[in-house]
Amino acid sequence: MTPLLEIDDLRIEGQSEGDSWFEIVKGVSLTLKRGEVLGLIGESGAGKSTIGLASMGYARSGCRISGGSIRLNEQELFGAPHETLRKIRGVRVAYVAQSAAAAFNPAHTLNAQVCEAAVTHGVMSMDEALKNAKRLYAKLRLPNPETFGDRYPHQVSGGQLQRAMTAMAMVCKPHLIVFDEPTTALDVTTQIEVLAAIKDAIRDEGTAALYITHDLAVVAQIADRIMVLRHGTLVEEGPTGQILHEPKQAYTKALVNVRRVEGEATHRESGPPVLEARNLTAGYDRSLLVLKDVSIALESATTLAVVGESGSGKSTLARVLTGLLPPIEGETVFAGETLSRKLKDRTKEQLRRLQMIYQMPDVALNPRQKVEEILGRPLTFYFGRSGAARRKRVEELLEWVELPRDFAQRYPSELSGGQKQRVCIARALAAEPTVIICDEVTSALDPVVADGVLRLLLRIQNETGLAYVFITHDLATVKAIADSIVVMYQGEIVQQGPKAEVLTPPHHPYTDLLLSSVPEMDTNWLDAVLAERARRKAQGEKVLDSAGL
Amino acid sequence: MNAVLRLLAQRIALGAGSLLAVSVLIFLGTEILPGDVAQAILGQAATPEAVAAIRETLDLNQPAYIRYFDWLGGILQGDLGTSLANRRPIGEMIGERLQNTLFLAAVSAAIAVPLAVFLGLIAARFRNSWLDKSISIATLSTISMPEFFVGYVLIFIFAVTLRWAPSLASVYDSMSLGEKLYAIALPCATLTLVVVAHMMRLTRAAIINVMSSPYIEMAELKGVTRSRITLYHAFPNALSPIINVVVLNLAYLVVGVVLVEVVFVYPGMGQLMVDAVAKRDVPVVQACGLIFAAAYILLNMTADILSILSNPKLRHPRS
Repeated sequence: MTPLLEIDDLRIEGQSEGDSWFEIVKGVSLTLKRGEVLGLIGESGAGKSTIGLASMGYARSGCRISGGSIRLNEQELFGAPHETLRKIRGVRVAYVAQSAAAAFNPAHTLNAQVCEAAVTHGVMSMDEALKNAKRLYAKLRLPNPETFGDRYPHQVSGGQLQRAMTAMAMVCKPHLIVFDEPTTALDVTTQIEVLAAIKDAIRDEGTAALYITHDLAVVAQIADRIMVLRHGTLVEEGPTGQILHEPKQAYTKALVNVRRVEGEATHRESGPPVLEARNLTAGYDRSLLVLKDVSIALESATTLAVVGESGSGKSTLARVLTGLLPPIEGETVFAGETLSRKLKDRTKEQLRRLQMIYQMPDVALNPRQKVEEILGRPLTFYFGRSGAARRKRVEELLEWVELPRDFAQRYPSELSGGQKQRVCIARALAAEPTVIICDEVTSALDPVVADGVLRLLLRIQNETGLAYVFITHDLATVKAIADSIVVMYQGEIVQQGPKAEVLTPPHHPYTDLLLSSVPEMDTNWLDAVLAERARRKAQGEKVLDSAGL
Repeated sequence: MNAVLRLLAQRIALGAGSLLAVSVLIFLGTEILPGDVAQAILGQAATPEAVAAIRETLDLNQPAYIRYFDWLGGILQGDLGTSLANRRPIGEMIGERLQNTLFLAAVSAAIAVPLAVFLGLIAARFRNSWLDKSISIATLSTISMPEFFVGYVLIFIFAVTLRWAPSLASVYDSMSLGEKLYAIALPCATLTLVVVAHMMRLTRAAIINVMSSPYIEMAELKGVTRSRITLYHAFPNALSPIINVVVLNLAYLVVGVVLVEVVFVYPGMGQLMVDAVAKRDVPVVQACGLIFAAAYILLNMTADILSILSNPKLRHPRS
């Protein structure tokens, strides 16, 4: 039987600012059998989304397919007229995007959008399409399948919307679905539900899929085969088990091992807390409290990880500690002094000793300033350095964060994501702080790059005795670097203590849910977790799942 | 729905507040005009006694704030005051003129708004094509010419050369609707040409702006036709800016038509106000100013309210 999708020597070009074209995808070939799930994995810029879209004959604006061939059901898509492609899209091949919230039109109901392709392509009548949509809602375990689709996108949760988008892709019973990072934007506890729903649905419908992600553990649950891509070329390809257990290429090995990095179990001596939050209650509106009676203590030269999913209040905690958001009640004590609630009432010395690093290095750096200016500013502001002394210190800081000295003359746009985050770290270090608050500092980075940033932070801590408040939703990161852990849920601390204690059973039910939801590099992990949860539920144990959250 | 009601109440309260503020400004504005009203009425040769008598009858000796509240109180009761020039009640003078102005504005809007939105949609749908470019060139050239010039050009072509339409747009109560429409054909065409470009450009820009949203890409990947994407996926989400520019132009049709009325000698509010300014008929100027301001605020408030209502997140709250 001929393969469903055959891509041969695919070349895709992107347009640079000077109107010249450069290759993003450099001759990738793949084949996909009917009903097969192929995982495309790689860091951002590897070209995996571009390949996924190309399999629909689509290139984003600023990109063009420049060579090779894309055959779906033996029909050549490269160079096919727009009208031919339009008739295939949504019917034979469908797309599931990363952000469901953005991919749904806010002006129409879910049903109108889910059924649109089926009806406008004349595949089904509206009634048939609706019936099929409701069947899919039920299969994807959406609540109240009969009425679910009457709602507007903003009226349902992110995880539900992601499943609704899967239903939208499946409504015409396509031969191929391109999943483009469908669970990346979700919390781990939601991700597991969505992943399980997608897995069951594509198996039951017999649909082939291209599953694009940067998370090897996620794709391991769902793919029959995996292709590892880097810089627009194929690194390695093989059955999922082989890629996970016997990777051949160095890059694949790095991807597989990234989650296995455990920080050296440092047993630092516990001194008096350097930063303490006492009974903090805060919110953006008195009727809607985001933090409820939160107390934490950070010992010097240690890392305190604050874990929780979106909406748990962890970033608000950072805003209160730094003084950006004055608390309604409670106080922050830093090195024995009670800090003023408001940022503008804090002394320069207090500001200097408490620094912050943000999630998005792109936004945290002024694009119009060179790195030298970005790093030199705190040196001048806190220490009054200028001229040669300042330049010398900037170079030292760059070396410290493992960046070349000549980066001082670059603008942020000339740096990669990981390099930008290193500049952000150097900027925080320039103030010679005692405590750095790291707010999701690795979330926007690719796993291998994030790993390097974590190692750097650990090394700096060992060298200087800095303390970190490390805010994250990623438990793998927590396992790697934390000394103690605070688990937050809906603005409250549900569990806190030393790492070993929090990570060893018995857990608080929420901690348990969080921990068991982190995908592992094991093809059977998803089924095992779900079976275990079902078993415990059947035994009448109280088990949280994301539906109960 | 409560959030919507609260927002609407807020807008209405803000509108009323703005109108009050404008009434103060109009009153103060006419107050600080140089010259004395009594003197102006009686002319240079008036005796001081006569001037004083007039001042007395017009209550000009009262402090300004008392006169303001008298004026405002009168307006709230529907009494716009009396013209200084001919002693007729202003309400009566304005009534007919306002009707004429609104008639011209309404007919122009009924042609210009659908035309502009349609052209904007076409231009956005066929972006950067020759069609888009010709629409842009045509509408931009009409907006680049001052409206009185457009008016005279139309008169020259259609009234003088071709003799298709009258050059003077006189309307009377006794005319039938058809006759009236024929009479205002040229001023109406002038106004349409002047306002279409602005609305069309913004419609096009608003649609193109929405076109870069991920849900448009999603629709494209569902195989939806370009025309349906433009109309069904982009247009409802571009409504808010489009409503705003449409209403701004409607306000212009009511308030900004002075030049066009003068060119075509059309008996509307603009003409009346220009005459009143020339005659130093302060109460009439005040009343006209207030009506223009009220129309402007009312239309903008409507734009705000429609923008709010066009947001599905507000129309369909979470729970």
